[in-house]
Amino acid sequence: MTLSPAELEALLLSLKIALVAVAGGLPFAVLAALALARGRFAGKILLDAVVHLPLVLPPVVMGYLLLITLGTKAPVGAWLLESFGIRFVFSWTGAALAAAIVSFPFQVRAIRLAIEAIDPGLDAAAETLGAGPVDRFVSITLPLALPGIIAGAITAFAASLGEFGAIITFVSNIPGETRTLPLAIYTAIQTPGGEVAAARLAALSIALALAGLLLSEAAARRVRRVAGK
Amino acid sequence: MSVDIAVRHRLGNFDLDIAFAGAASGVTALFGPSGAGKSATVGMIAGLIRPDSGRIAIDGETMFDAAAGVNVPARRRRIGYVFQDGRLFPHLSVRRNLQFGARRARSHPAGASFDDIVALLGLGDLLERRPAGLSGGERQRVALGRALLFGPRLLLLDEPLAALDQGRKAEIIPFLQRLRDEAGIPIVYVSHAIDEVAQLADTVVLMSGGRVAAQGSVFDITARLDLFPLTGRFEAGSVVAARIVGHDAGDRLSELALGAGGGNSAGAGRLWVPEIAAPAGSNIRLRIRARDVMLALTEPEAISANNVLRGSVSDIRLDDGAYADVQVDVGAAKLIARITRRSVTRLGLAPGLPVFAVIKSVTVDRRMPDAPNLPLGEHGEAS
Repeated sequence: MTLSPAELEALLLSLKIALVAVAGGLPFAVLAALALARGRFAGKILLDAVVHLPLVLPPVVMGYLLLITLGTKAPVGAWLLESFGIRFVFSWTGAALAAAIVSFPFQVRAIRLAIEAIDPGLDAAAETLGAGPVDRFVSITLPLALPGIIAGAITAFAASLGEFGAIITFVSNIPGETRTLPLAIYTAIQTPGGEVAAARLAALSIALALAGLLLSEAAARRVRRVAGK
Repeated sequence: MSVDIAVRHRLGNFDLDIAFAGAASGVTALFGPSGAGKSATVGMIAGLIRPDSGRIAIDGETMFDAAAGVNVPARRRRIGYVFQDGRLFPHLSVRRNLQFGARRARSHPAGASFDDIVALLGLGDLLERRPAGLSGGERQRVALGRALLFGPRLLLLDEPLAALDQGRKAEIIPFLQRLRDEAGIPIVYVSHAIDEVAQLADTVVLMSGGRVAAQGSVFDITARLDLFPLTGRFEAGSVVAARIVGHDAGDRLSELALGAGGGNSAGAGRLWVPEIAAPAGSNIRLRIRARDVMLALTEPEAISANNVLRGSVSDIRLDDGAYADVQVDVGAAKLIARITRRSVTRLGLAPGLPVFAVIKSVTVDRRMPDAPNLPLGEHGEAS
């Protein structure tokens, strides 16, 4: 099957938004996972709750919250626009931000489990061998947590591809700017006679999801071999 | 002094109150039952556990001083730490594990090159392998090499053999003996196994219930009658130093002279044991178990035992049951004889009384690597 220009546009836009969402969220997810897995500080329960909030909140509510904080008339949004010229609403970057926030808990959970599975004794051993905290993180924790980081990134990528509620609420449904695959499917269904277009887009989504799963399995296997597990 | 420690620390409802000074060279064993606080003590020396109060110095340099607010971080203490479970980095090859500390060491000590350590520990064939593919004994050797290549001024070995079976232990102990004799780095060795301590330690710090119960040379500590409940009743026996005088190829026996210096007075303190595969002049250690020593008031003749040592009773301790432990000073060494209370009464044993200690040669058998009273291996040239 050959894709129509509109279908290709929705596909590429979806991939771009999901990629930026995962890449942008990843460093924060690693830090949050590290804090939750290893940290001992007041407010850890609060951090845990905030990280997991997007998982339990309806995506529409998430989008609404983004709109009232980052809208051009909202305080933070107005300040961003005035000081840096950054505008999230009605823009693909806003869609990426919404997808990043909604998929954030998936990344954190997978990475946190991977870090918790690392023997903390290895950290102590590295410390007695002259390694400082950053050195230990880069040379011990990060490589050993890599399978979890990859698994988290792929899950978050899939979740970002499928995000609907937060995106449509926050940045609306603009062709070529914020109309990702799910939004395109929704639009097709709303259009009289759009059943075939909806089916084609749904098939595309399924193929994408399957490819993601296979890729994740292959990556995990390769990393496990390199990590000597 | 290699390590000088006087600290107090509370772990849950367990109080640790430790003070001792490790010897400037050789092996200082922290010996005692599980739960005595041995591992916590080395954790504090390494800087992985922060004591509540007190002071720790290494080579005279303060590492921790609660009063002065000094606490040198573990990574700057230059201490090699070998853990019971090895703790090799699973994602790195043996070579990269070995280089981990070496790359981060600030100064390289003369002589401890990568190739030297690999040769000393026999790691040449393992370099490109991953820790997951190594046996327990191989892992501990790599862990030892990794710690050594960091160029430490002190080595902490925290029960490095505890997770290994007898065969693997016998595989590692010669490496530890070579390390002690050749590397010249003071070692603090944690163990609850008397045979390891007897084979490796020069100084023993006996720990019990978070306190230091006694401290002294391995020969003195193992010969003391009052410490048996701590050193182990059944395996009671003194460690003695000896030098191989010569071999009798016909009877396949070796003649030993007791004492650290090798007991030069002819005839006194000589011991015949089954042939030891080491040249004359080698220094070795023996553990002579209390149950294997017999006492006589007159020099016995026409008996099968080859060894009759002249000495005098220096201490007697009766236990609650039928047994009595008698310490006999044979000049070059102190032996312990475990006999019955009845024999003590019958022979009229008392401190100062001259006696003869009788030891069967066959109780000292080198061919059994885990026999409790095997000769304990060479330890360097005549001192």
